[in-house]
Amino acid sequence: MKISTEKIIFNMVSYLLIIILSAFCIFPLLLILSGSFTDNLVLTREGYHLIPVKFSLEAYRTVFEYPQKLVTAYGNTIMVTAVGTILGIICVSMTGYVLMRRDFKYRNRVSFLIYFTTIFGGGMVPWYVLLSKYLHLTNTYAARIFPSLMSPFLIILMRTFMQSSVPEELIDSCKVDGANDFTIYSRIVMPIITPAIATVGLFLAIGFWNEWYLTSLFISKKELYSLQYFLYDVLDNINFAKEMAAITGQPATNLPTETVKMAMVVVVIGPIIFLYPFVQKYFVSGITIGAVKG
Amino acid sequence: MYSKISKKGGGTLSNEGISRKKGFFYELKRKKILFMMLIPAMVFFALNSYLPMVGIYYAFTKFNFQGGLFKSPFVGMDNFRFLFESGKLKQLTINTVGYNVVFILSANILEVFFAILLSRVVGRMFKKVSQSIIFLPYFISYVVLNAVVFAILNCDSGYINTMLVSLGAERFDFYGTPWVWRIILVLCYLWKNVGYGTVVYLAAITGISEEYYEAARIDGANIIQQITRITIPLLVPTFVILLIFAVGGIMRGQFDLFYQVIRNNGVLFEATDILDTYVYRSLKQNFDVGMGTAAGLYQSVFGLIIIMLTNGLVKKLNPDYALF
Repeated sequence: MKISTEKIIFNMVSYLLIIILSAFCIFPLLLILSGSFTDNLVLTREGYHLIPVKFSLEAYRTVFEYPQKLVTAYGNTIMVTAVGTILGIICVSMTGYVLMRRDFKYRNRVSFLIYFTTIFGGGMVPWYVLLSKYLHLTNTYAARIFPSLMSPFLIILMRTFMQSSVPEELIDSCKVDGANDFTIYSRIVMPIITPAIATVGLFLAIGFWNEWYLTSLFISKKELYSLQYFLYDVLDNINFAKEMAAITGQPATNLPTETVKMAMVVVVIGPIIFLYPFVQKYFVSGITIGAVKG
Repeated sequence: MYSKISKKGGGTLSNEGISRKKGFFYELKRKKILFMMLIPAMVFFALNSYLPMVGIYYAFTKFNFQGGLFKSPFVGMDNFRFLFESGKLKQLTINTVGYNVVFILSANILEVFFAILLSRVVGRMFKKVSQSIIFLPYFISYVVLNAVVFAILNCDSGYINTMLVSLGAERFDFYGTPWVWRIILVLCYLWKNVGYGTVVYLAAITGISEEYYEAARIDGANIIQQITRITIPLLVPTFVILLIFAVGGIMRGQFDLFYQVIRNNGVLFEATDILDTYVYRSLKQNFDVGMGTAAGLYQSVFGLIIIMLTNGLVKKLNPDYALF
């Protein structure tokens, strides 16, 4: 009997603590959501509440009434995310495949060259000068895609997964059958590693979707802004009021600027929240590969 | 991030000896396709990591954009001297390292703690839902985090100040009070990252054989004893590996977090400026390439030294945990 009461107490305490942590994690998002559905005047006067004090859809109406910039930024980011993720998957998996091949003599040396970039580098400024002054990537999509295509972490994740799921005998027997190294990769290895592709793809996609840093460095044309950088711009108080006034032709004081910002935030994170339940398990399995095999 | 470059398994093939004698070009010819498949990675790391190292030279120049790499005037150690003498570097280093130490310790402790609780909780549905919720912030961008923090803390309509007023207390000006951000930034970091780490530790816990616990139960161990005598000791390797990795990156701050939450609110810089944000602003706002490179180089070199020292120490204590 003693054990079961102990178990009950332990469970109750666990439940309580986990609920507190969950509340801590979800509360800020709920606050934003509530803010976006509040009347602007009431929000500025009475502040943020978990449940809207005075319910209003005016913020969303304003957002969707003048959607050009939002739509452009959305389109940009969807395009960059799609292209970047596909290219990234190809690059990461090819590299992982070569490094996984035991018969590739230089694999340890190449692995070290890749790993070394995580412990030493020239810093961000020389990198910026190289890309902008010498490679002329300013105001190009390439500037938003290329620097995030690969990372040592993803390559190592991929290689580790391949090592544990593609038996060496399989590759050897394909070679005996006359398949070349690329065919083995594209026809044999890729189908086996779909879980790793999903994980790496999601890491890449979330990186491209949440990207604002590269845009801030390399992009000055507003029509090339990424979604997050567009939001960054919106959240910047003074500019935003001015711009909205210019677009809508109304004085800034009449506009629900505060709640529109919150509505923008909701619109920007919407797709992630929507897709999250479906993709979460791939992240978990990816992290598990990294953690257990590490 | 959590794997290390494996050194095992090299030289298993019998023709290794032959190819070594034949050299690089023999290999290149024999494995043409594999080499070609490495081209993207080669280009990527050359342009993103290795070629920029040439630009370390900017740290010793008074850089101007027209002059570029070759024609900017050489100024020797002037940039470094300025950074040292203005006291900037000292403050930035203290902030960077200080925040990282607090981040690493608080996050890891919480993650282990909650991973253990989650692994023990009975309700499957509860476990699934709560794990999803605490993992969610990891996917939210730092730009959004800025809006979140503003909604909670701003002086006029922020949630906390609204609460304070309704309780009859005075408003608190968070955005004008540097010291509170030492706490707020830690909370932000935890909000974003505890879910991720918890999943990592949960994976490690799931890997522990059920037999240990059964044996312990038969011997009459209670839950707390099972946790302290079995789970925690078996988590130590994961903990140590994550810790060593984290120490290796101790000079690299959470740039996105600091930049997006603080933005360019200069009032708060004394408590919130780290090396990464300083470098970013020296480029973005002042366009001072020489100074930015100097600060970045200091960061890289100092970071490398710390990694070497940590690795050496770890190797001495327990070679299994060494990074390389």
